[in-house]
Amino acid sequence: MAVDAGLVGRTFPATAPYEVSRAKIDEFVAAIGDDAPSAAPPTFPTVVTFQAMQAFLADPGVGIELHRIVHGDQRFVHLRPLRPGDVVTTRLTVESIRAMGGADIIGTRSEIVDASGEPVCTAYATLFHRGEDTGT
Amino acid sequence: MMEWSEGSELEPQEYAIRRADLIRYAGASGDFNPIHWSDRVAMSVGLPGVIAHGMLTMALAGRAVSTWAGGSEAIREFGVRFTKPVIVPDNDEGTVLRVSGVVGQLRDDGTARIDITATNGDQKVLGAARALVRLPG
Repeated sequence: MAVDAGLVGRTFPATAPYEVSRAKIDEFVAAIGDDAPSAAPPTFPTVVTFQAMQAFLADPGVGIELHRIVHGDQRFVHLRPLRPGDVVTTRLTVESIRAMGGADIIGTRSEIVDASGEPVCTAYATLFHRGEDTGT
Repeated sequence: MMEWSEGSELEPQEYAIRRADLIRYAGASGDFNPIHWSDRVAMSVGLPGVIAHGMLTMALAGRAVSTWAGGSEAIREFGVRFTKPVIVPDNDEGTVLRVSGVVGQLRDDGTARIDITATNGDQKVLGAARALVRLPG
């Protein structure tokens, strides 16, 4: 099933507020073996954007089958690092959908804002949704 | 801290990736996709075995950038394309990700673009990997 091109421009509901803790940053730092980070690592926002992405992918109106998804690219634009005590929410917007070789290529933008609504980080992800039985 | 000029090479970094690292990253990131811990599931979707999370590979490339830039807070932008999976064998050694970088551009606003190469064995595993960092000092 192809992904509905009418999703382009749609913004999904914000994720539930997430409070960044020192413990979570330290856990992430330990998982990537960073020796002496002075702030949250540059890919740490994935902890919150992953939740927004999961909600998008699971939305029954979107028509995505999880096992067909491959992560194509990822980019973070940081206004500032996430810090302990930040309470953040994320809103995912579908920026583009195009078909290529039987697959749909879905461009998404996830905006993370703090409790006062100030932007903290924007994450861009491209997903490949493989068509059925193409073997690609 | 080295002097930054266009074309200067940054010290390559090498990071081991073992199965236990994948489990730890799954917990830290919340990505529990079984292709990152179950050979059975990975092989059922046509992979040769368990692969690292692309986001772990990216995180390790980001660790290299943080090392070069003198801290992660210097990183303004960071983007990669996932081009090849990193296969992580079920043994004590795991596999090694090698991350090298070149200063691609110095900008008037006090930032530099770093062009990153990440290889596993003789394969490049990231494409178009770039970071924009605030210059030290």
